Amino acid sequence: MFTPHTENERQDMLHAIGASSLDDLFQDVPAEYRYPHLDLPPAMTEMEALDNLNYLAGANDTTRDLACFLGAGAYNHYIPAAVDNLLQRGEFYSAYTPYQPEIAQGTLQAIFEYQSLVAALTGMDVSNASHYDGATAAAEAGVMALNQFRFKRTKIIASPAVHPQYRQVLRTYLNGYPQLQFVGDEPDSNPLEDPNALADLLDDNTALLLIQYPDFFGRIYDYTQLIEKAHAVGALIAVAANPTALAILKTPGEFDADIVVGEGQPLGIPLSYGGPYLGFFATKKEYVRKIAGRLVGETTDAEGRKGYVLTLTAREQHIRRDRATSNICTNQGLMMLAATIYLSLLGKQGFTQVANLCYQKAHYAAEQIAKIPGFSVATTQPFFHEFIVKCPRPVDEINQHLLDHGILGGYDLGQDYPSLSNHMLVTATEMNPKHEIDLLCQILKEESHD
Amino acid sequence: MTEPTIFELSSPGRQGVRFPDSDVPETALPEQFKRNELPLPEMAELDVVRHFTHISQYNYAVDIGFYPLGSCTMKYNPKANEAGARLPGFAFTHPLQPVETVQGNLALMYGLQEWLKEIGGFSAISMQAAAGAQGEMVGVKVIAAYHQDNGEPQRVKMLIPDSAHGTNPASSAMSGFEIVKIPTDCDGNVDIEAVKAQADDTLAGLMITNPNTLGLFEQQIVEVIKVVHDAGGLIYGDGANMNALLGIVRPGDLGIDVMHYNLHKTFSTPHGGGGPGSGPVGVSQKLVDFLPGPIAAIVEEATEDEAPFYDLVTPKKSIGRVKSFFGQFGMFVRAYNYISMLGPVGLRRAGEYAVLNANYLLALVKDTYHVPYDRVCMHEFVAEGAWKDAPDIRALDIAKRLIDYGFHPPTNYFPLIVHEALMIEPTETESQQTLDKFADALLKIAEEARSNPELLTSAPHNTPVGRLDEVKAAKDLVLKDRSLEK
Repeated sequence: MFTPHTENERQDMLHAIGASSLDDLFQDVPAEYRYPHLDLPPAMTEMEALDNLNYLAGANDTTRDLACFLGAGAYNHYIPAAVDNLLQRGEFYSAYTPYQPEIAQGTLQAIFEYQSLVAALTGMDVSNASHYDGATAAAEAGVMALNQFRFKRTKIIASPAVHPQYRQVLRTYLNGYPQLQFVGDEPDSNPLEDPNALADLLDDNTALLLIQYPDFFGRIYDYTQLIEKAHAVGALIAVAANPTALAILKTPGEFDADIVVGEGQPLGIPLSYGGPYLGFFATKKEYVRKIAGRLVGETTDAEGRKGYVLTLTAREQHIRRDRATSNICTNQGLMMLAATIYLSLLGKQGFTQVANLCYQKAHYAAEQIAKIPGFSVATTQPFFHEFIVKCPRPVDEINQHLLDHGILGGYDLGQDYPSLSNHMLVTATEMNPKHEIDLLCQILKEESHD
Repeated sequence: MTEPTIFELSSPGRQGVRFPDSDVPETALPEQFKRNELPLPEMAELDVVRHFTHISQYNYAVDIGFYPLGSCTMKYNPKANEAGARLPGFAFTHPLQPVETVQGNLALMYGLQEWLKEIGGFSAISMQAAAGAQGEMVGVKVIAAYHQDNGEPQRVKMLIPDSAHGTNPASSAMSGFEIVKIPTDCDGNVDIEAVKAQADDTLAGLMITNPNTLGLFEQQIVEVIKVVHDAGGLIYGDGANMNALLGIVRPGDLGIDVMHYNLHKTFSTPHGGGGPGSGPVGVSQKLVDFLPGPIAAIVEEATEDEAPFYDLVTPKKSIGRVKSFFGQFGMFVRAYNYISMLGPVGLRRAGEYAVLNANYLLALVKDTYHVPYDRVCMHEFVAEGAWKDAPDIRALDIAKRLIDYGFHPPTNYFPLIVHEALMIEPTETESQQTLDKFADALLKIAEEARSNPELLTSAPHNTPVGRLDEVKAAKDLVLKDRSLEK
């Protein structure tokens, strides 16, 4: 499949090469290992292959079949039709990294616009061209902070209310660096503690303080004081932010955060079982040379025409090799484009409306669930579109019951936080009409009777 | 001509999408948390559609024409892959759903893992890594974890050939290894004597790309691997060039211990203007426990009446998670579809024709462009883009002039060991006619380099912009729309 060669052409090409058979081209490959038998199913036609994929896809229940109250880092939002329609243009998806700017202005301008949108949304000076996902963007913040202090500072403080997977990825990334200390999220720490308590851990060995906004539990805090204290010891502060929330909430930039990262999936990217997603990364102007990943800048050609190029490339692995601070080659190109189109379509008003709908639906849900005997809302702080529900029974049992009624229940927090067993993280978005929330409450009521 | 930015196209009050009014009682967001201003553009749907359609037309892409970008394997991305990944049953599943509701996803992941194991000759696969560079980081960390676990933390030396991709040394350094550069011998192979000289109990491993970045199969690969293994080291295989080996040879059979695949090169998932990639990692038996998880696995075998039950498991001594959730799932669907459609015969055909196309192109141009290592090449070859009798011409000028002829240029200035390198990878999806036209253009450009060098140095001529001032870009650092600068 997908090879256009006819038998005549093949012979003609072999003749031009001076080879008598294809096998002549593989004489460098050790004969005993050449042409292994591959135990794979025989080729299918497109018709059969798509039929098979349809069968596999059909074995899943989806957020379209079920009423979805599950979030915890991946969110069910409406994606306008124009987003995917434009992404399917071959000019975008079958191009590669813009190494030749004269014939890649489309990709380059899209990155420039994406950088502008992320900077605007986060309230930061500059954004890079994106990372793989929110977790790896957070890990890159850790790498950047260690480099900033040339590894003389070795302590990283992570709030336990940062997404557990972000913290896991950060640890995996930094594993090779000697003498690192990770503090703040020890297994016996109280995950729901006021984040200002993290200030007690700050010292002049602290490279980075990592916090989340709204935090993993959906809670909204004003981090101004905590960040001031962290700056007082010279540490850098990275805030992992939910981009939808930033439509209506004060920006991390206003709190004086040094780095803002986050998961861009809510910006027009399908849930797609966890990927591909989008990591955004923004910082202050003074750290622009320390950023990992690609950056696009505006410039002109010899005739003065405006154009865009990859810039500050001397930081990157293909130039610096083992002295590079990151091995990143590319960005999350097409996902970055999806976010750019999504934000352009929704614009200031549409995006504000989505954020407000999330806020309203979640608060209605929390209010209603709080009335159900046996259930209570454990979130006391203002929250965005997620909140903690304390349940009378194990969360997996309740979720099984909800599933029987066509509802995808919230995230079982006991999986990551032993002290939060029987606690469920419930999420609502613009995708949850009132009747779904009412149905959720009705089924939960049945639980409380059992 | 230039297209205005979305900020320049914005008109206050416009909106491309509307959402339903809230159907629940209103709760007010406390004032102290509210942001004052949201400087996003305001556009109608048609404004947005035209804007992105316009800028897309400033791009070159595989769907437009020949894209022989060496080392990047710009093969055709089948449309059926795109249709498959967009099936609602895949696209609308949440990564944290109970596993019993996503058995289709897990069956697909498991199936793809099994196929990749078979194609590469490995014992286990982790699908976690988001791209080749991350797959490489995983591989290097797996090697580090293995030596640690074996009680040999003194193994800190990583051997890297001078022809390697820049990510190899970057990944190794990030994982705490000391890098030892290994030279290339006169035949374009890794210098085995230099490897032998490093074979001691501080050797952690060797990172090898095979075929190497010169497009050549390592002729002493088995011997080189033996030297490293005998000294207690492990072999990392950079799978960037796996396209040449499909159905030809399995890296695991050669003794490679860990290798990343690039689904976006070898298995036809699109490059997307620079991502998403996907870099699954395969390992030999002794490294299975160190892979990053979670990994799809069968936890209850199939019975006569029931399909197997799949779950996600994390290996015992895993290096940890490298990404949220389970990897770039949408890319798995595409690669799965591709392998389904090729089957074992089609995969070998892809490998063979990738090599046939490269050698054909090489035969057409090698009398005009000096090729430093004159051997049968694999899926790509590296030529010099410079001539003594055309002193003003560099590889960059040839690359830019190719744009005038309607082609994407090859990779230039890599690998670093070839002077004015032009690295050409045609892939198997191109026809003889396309290769002939490209070769003709290269030959004409070689003439022009002597007769009218100005044509090359001022190229490209018919693009939306000419050569851009990169120094100015780095000096002025305009990294966002000017309307946002206050």
